[in-house]
Amino acid sequence: MKSYFSLFRIRMINGLQYRAVALGSVLTRFCWGIMEILAFFAIHQSGGDFSMTFSQTVSYIWMQQAFILMYNVIDGDQEIEASIQDGSVAYELTRPMNLYGNWFTRCLANRLSPTALNCLPVLALALLMPVPYGLKFPKAMTVVLFLASTVLALGVVGAIAMLMHITMFYTTSQRGTKIIGRAVTGFFAGGVIPLPYFPETFQKVVNLLPFAATQSTPLLIYSGALTGIDAVWAMGLQIFWLIALTALGYYATKRTLKRVVVQGG
Amino acid sequence: MIEFKNICKTYRVAKRQAGFKNAVKSLFSREYETIQALVDVSFRINDGDIIGYIGPNGAGKSTTVKVMCGILTPDSGICRINGKVPWKERTSHVKDIGVVFGQRSQLWWDVPVIDSFELLRDMYKMDEKRYRRNLDELTRLLDLSELLKTPARNLSLGQRMRCEIAAPLLHEPKVLFLDEPTIGLDAVSKIAVRRFVKKINEEKGTTIVLTTHDMMDIEALTERVLLIGHGKILLDGNLEELKKHTSTDKKITVKYTGRIPALSEGMKLKEARENQMTISLDPHIMPVFAAIAALASQTDLLDVSVTDISTEEVVAALYKEYHI
Repeated sequence: MKSYFSLFRIRMINGLQYRAVALGSVLTRFCWGIMEILAFFAIHQSGGDFSMTFSQTVSYIWMQQAFILMYNVIDGDQEIEASIQDGSVAYELTRPMNLYGNWFTRCLANRLSPTALNCLPVLALALLMPVPYGLKFPKAMTVVLFLASTVLALGVVGAIAMLMHITMFYTTSQRGTKIIGRAVTGFFAGGVIPLPYFPETFQKVVNLLPFAATQSTPLLIYSGALTGIDAVWAMGLQIFWLIALTALGYYATKRTLKRVVVQGG
Repeated sequence: MIEFKNICKTYRVAKRQAGFKNAVKSLFSREYETIQALVDVSFRINDGDIIGYIGPNGAGKSTTVKVMCGILTPDSGICRINGKVPWKERTSHVKDIGVVFGQRSQLWWDVPVIDSFELLRDMYKMDEKRYRRNLDELTRLLDLSELLKTPARNLSLGQRMRCEIAAPLLHEPKVLFLDEPTIGLDAVSKIAVRRFVKKINEEKGTTIVLTTHDMMDIEALTERVLLIGHGKILLDGNLEELKKHTSTDKKITVKYTGRIPALSEGMKLKEARENQMTISLDPHIMPVFAAIAALASQTDLLDVSVTDISTEEVVAALYKEYHI
């Protein structure tokens, strides 16, 4: 267990040292948040019956911008991808550690360390915004549920990311997988438009997919669009997907490593 | 002890002809070619030995090392290292081995070297006392004290390689695999690395498997050499025997002033420059002392050196002999 903790630690240290990246990313998140909020403001102004109020949507967007790097499935594990591509995975395999555990830990750290740098400034800016464009603080209980759900979401994100990494053992170029992955994981997770804005029948299916178990669930809980028994049910699904996808990834890694080929050098 | 018995390994490689049409065609159906990386490879290495593993590029050296490290699973054959099958008991096997792939890095690029070392300490579950002792020793031997606090990306290749070699020795492995450890290093660093490897072997009794293209590495470190080509072990023996096997000729280099000396029977001119020539001599036809006397009688000799044929030439001759 200690080795996983150390691995987590070194990845965190690694990620915490890029100040310029952090500053740039805070600004981008902030501007992007304002743009999205204005778009939704226009939609709500034009009238219509939405299952999410404008104020809920604002909270959803700000929290999403603050934690976006944590909910990101595809980007963020460059060093894992590079090690598959250039064969450094050979070194990983000479360590007395399970490769899945090793990389899963790094997937989590790769997402937590930039978030640690990013989220506070974005949240501070969001809280300073004037009503009704600012972030609202919900009840304490909601915050607790949100945090629990975020931890689960991070686990599911890591598990999906691991499945993506494993496919990279079979393909020479990762570009294709990443383009598809980015589109699918973003769209079905409510990364582009929050899921409650979709037609009801569509929502019924999408809510069951593992992608909804990533950012959609915690963000909807925070914004107050997902409450009571629905929230508990959604978190149950998160736990299910976390276990199922981790088990699948673990097994797939084991199988893949039996036939791995490390070329050259 | 390392035991390698009848190991075979094949790779499948996708092939296609050049050109746009063939590129499109290959989207639908691909042709594969099977490459025999290792064909019935067998050898034994005793504890505490240093062996040199040589062969041209693509001969199967790295594949062999990767099988021994548990990274690759061979198609058939038996391999036991300290009683364990590497690819079956990978995690427990790798605790006892150390690996340096000269062309890759095991240090974390953006953080100080010491952070990478501490991660290794935890990965290998070393207790603090043992880790400290080994780290201090390696720091002294490889002169690392200045380097440990520097991020790996800011080190020169020679400095980084010293750290790379220290890394797998922190956990005192029984077997050390060095895959081209001196690649790209300057002369001073190469000598430092060789001296260190020799010392580790002598003091700790670490078994060392060294693959390299640098014959000076082989000459400085190993007595036993394995030659691999086309996936087969072609020769397994002592370096001196290999030399004799290839050629018993002596190489005589002379510097002189005065007229150019004529060559006697048994001498062959290899290279001539102004006031300097290199001769290859067959000592069975003319003994070395007679050859020098014959040259000296014809001109004023300033300098004479007599050497065996170099390891470099031996290996080139062997590659030629085996068509590899």
